[in-house]
Amino acid sequence: MRTIFRRAHVCDPSQGVDKVADVVVDEGKVLAIVEDSTPYDVGGCEVIDCSGLVLTPGLIDLHVHLREPGYEYKEDVQSGTEAAVVGGFSAVCCMPNTDPPLDEPAVIRGLLKRAEAVGLARVYPIAAITKGLQPEGLAEMAALKEAGAVAVTDDAYPLQLAEVLRRGMEYAAQLGLTVMTHCEDKSLTRDACMNEGLTATIMGLRGMPPVAEEIQVARNCLMSLYTGCRLHILHVSTAGAVRIIRWAKEMGAPVTAETCPHYFALTDEACLGYNTNAKMNPPLRTQADCDAIIQGLLDGTIDAIATDHAPHASHEKAQEFALAPFGIVGLETAFALSYTELVSTGRMSLSQLVDKMSCQPAKVLALPGGTLAPGSPADIALFDLRRKWTVRASEFRSKSRNTPFEGWELQGKPVLTMVGGRVLYREGM
Amino acid sequence: MFTDLITLRETEPEDIRLLLDTAQSFKEILDRSVKKVPTLRGRQVVTLFYEASTRTRVSFENAAKIMSADTTSVAAATSSVQKGESLLDTVRNLRAMRIDCLVMRHPQSGSAHLVAQALDIPVVNAGDGMHEHPTQALLDMLTIRQHKGKLEALTVAIVGDIMHSRVARSNLWGLTKMGAKVRFVGPATLLPRDVQRLPVEVYTDLRRGLEGADVVMALRLQQERMERGLLPSLREYSQRWGINARALEVTKPDCIVMHPGPMNRGVEIADDVADGGRSVILEQVTNGVAVRMAVLYHLLGGEAAA
Ligand SMILES: [Zn+2]
Repeated sequence: MRTIFRRAHVCDPSQGVDKVADVVVDEGKVLAIVEDSTPYDVGGCEVIDCSGLVLTPGLIDLHVHLREPGYEYKEDVQSGTEAAVVGGFSAVCCMPNTDPPLDEPAVIRGLLKRAEAVGLARVYPIAAITKGLQPEGLAEMAALKEAGAVAVTDDAYPLQLAEVLRRGMEYAAQLGLTVMTHCEDKSLTRDACMNEGLTATIMGLRGMPPVAEEIQVARNCLMSLYTGCRLHILHVSTAGAVRIIRWAKEMGAPVTAETCPHYFALTDEACLGYNTNAKMNPPLRTQADCDAIIQGLLDGTIDAIATDHAPHASHEKAQEFALAPFGIVGLETAFALSYTELVSTGRMSLSQLVDKMSCQPAKVLALPGGTLAPGSPADIALFDLRRKWTVRASEFRSKSRNTPFEGWELQGKPVLTMVGGRVLYREGM
Repeated sequence: MFTDLITLRETEPEDIRLLLDTAQSFKEILDRSVKKVPTLRGRQVVTLFYEASTRTRVSFENAAKIMSADTTSVAAATSSVQKGESLLDTVRNLRAMRIDCLVMRHPQSGSAHLVAQALDIPVVNAGDGMHEHPTQALLDMLTIRQHKGKLEALTVAIVGDIMHSRVARSNLWGLTKMGAKVRFVGPATLLPRDVQRLPVEVYTDLRRGLEGADVVMALRLQQERMERGLLPSLREYSQRWGINARALEVTKPDCIVMHPGPMNRGVEIADDVADGGRSVILEQVTNGVAVRMAVLYHLLGGEAAA
């Protein structure tokens, strides 16, 4: 069926479009962006009045933990992709630290089957770089790619040995797979649970020094330069990491990077009071780091904003700070947080933000979507940017409630998400 | 008025002064032959210790008993936690037995804070990880005040493993709130990151750190620090940062020496100093009972029971 989005503020940075227009969708694809869609309105079209709303390519999240298989009590494909579409995301890339991990073709195929049956946001599995997410021993990347993995990663189990990273990158490069890395020198973060600095010193908690992240960012960038393998740096959190990535790009390394809204919206002071909902890895840093992250986004050093959506059950977070698991949920707050912190403060334009949350993520892994060019999949998000709303974790579609943003007033609400021409989420319109 | 005692960082100076004054007046009860007053009769105080500490536990229990409260001590091995029950479930069960006050010692920073948020009865932090140990700091402050007559404008040098010390943190907040100047002295590997941004002077050189001090407080050094590579050897530590008679030469002539105990004699403190004329280490222990009486009294008894 044909759908016409009428009188939307269309913002598609991939084509430099930023104007009021009508968007025509037919057979799951974008047919046209036109001033006047009357000629297209023939025989039972669904017409959606978008006056006052912003229409963008659906958001794409490069970094999500769906927790299935193995930890369905935290999240599963159903609840996770539901949270995604509520957040304006038409596609999510999911991380391999499940049980069993995504290190075998059968697990990848099983996951994709589930995602298809659920039929919400598109799911792109990222496979493990090593078998069993162990310190060494490469996973069968060729077979994993054939089964549907779009990249490989060590997320949550950062490779400590440069030799393993080297072989992993050489092997991935020949297959055209991007390697994504969580950067952390574990010898510097033993038993640590938050950022090392004044706040951790006051709280009496072991801190992770920023240099633990930066050492591996530098090493991994150098290895990317040496092997020629495409490298994507996950969740950048420090000012030093931004500088190193900027340098690596200048050197011609095939490197991309992402950050998450919490790394520019919060500092480690959010942990005060032993708030485990502010416990994540990498940890929240300082204001100077937040400022550098924003600068990195603006000058293109950081390509994308991802969520690192990491659901955990309430009883797991209701523990002593050092014992609680790392991670926060993010799918349902990411756009509004970014809009509120970056665009409504005048630091970034709307189209820059859409670029970071949709076009660039698509480019990083060469995924479909991220554009409204005619012929591309009709993955679309609609936002009411005037709408102010208060974060209430109890209303999340995600199974988990671990957000440090409870009670925050945010601006900008996703009101409709379409994937492949099907409206999967619609609210208040 | 406070309803729990979790940190001195979040305790008002007036409340600290009140606790010290109350403890001072309670001290007299300890010198009686019959050490019993009816103040907290019928109240149930539970001490829940996830770390062994005979001294602190007995000090709290004696304080409660002198005021006629009933006490139960629960020694919870951390292994029982690993068997499955969470800290919150454990304390909710205790609360369900209608206890009136929980005194807890736990190896994790923030644990007392977590419990206090979950329970509707007073919670006293008897030491949580590397965070705070408020009653220890209060008894230290009481001891200093008894010797110096005041806390304002005194210089207190705290020496040793600052990084892992809840005693150092609680004393920092307590002492500075009462107008004293605090110095942290120790090897760089035992000083936490950004410590110089706290209201404290920081020294790695013992001699400079002790210069002109009114009070020197040695902290307990654990062997484990060597194993984790934070120190080359205990020998080098004791030579550079151990408190001995020579080190004290640069302090004020009437400088007193403190230690929260238990001591590693010959490591952080020399025998002749620990047992010498400047040492107030045993007075600290006595004051500990008085301070804990004051804390329990204000949390449980209040004005009505006075
Ligand atoms: Zn990660």
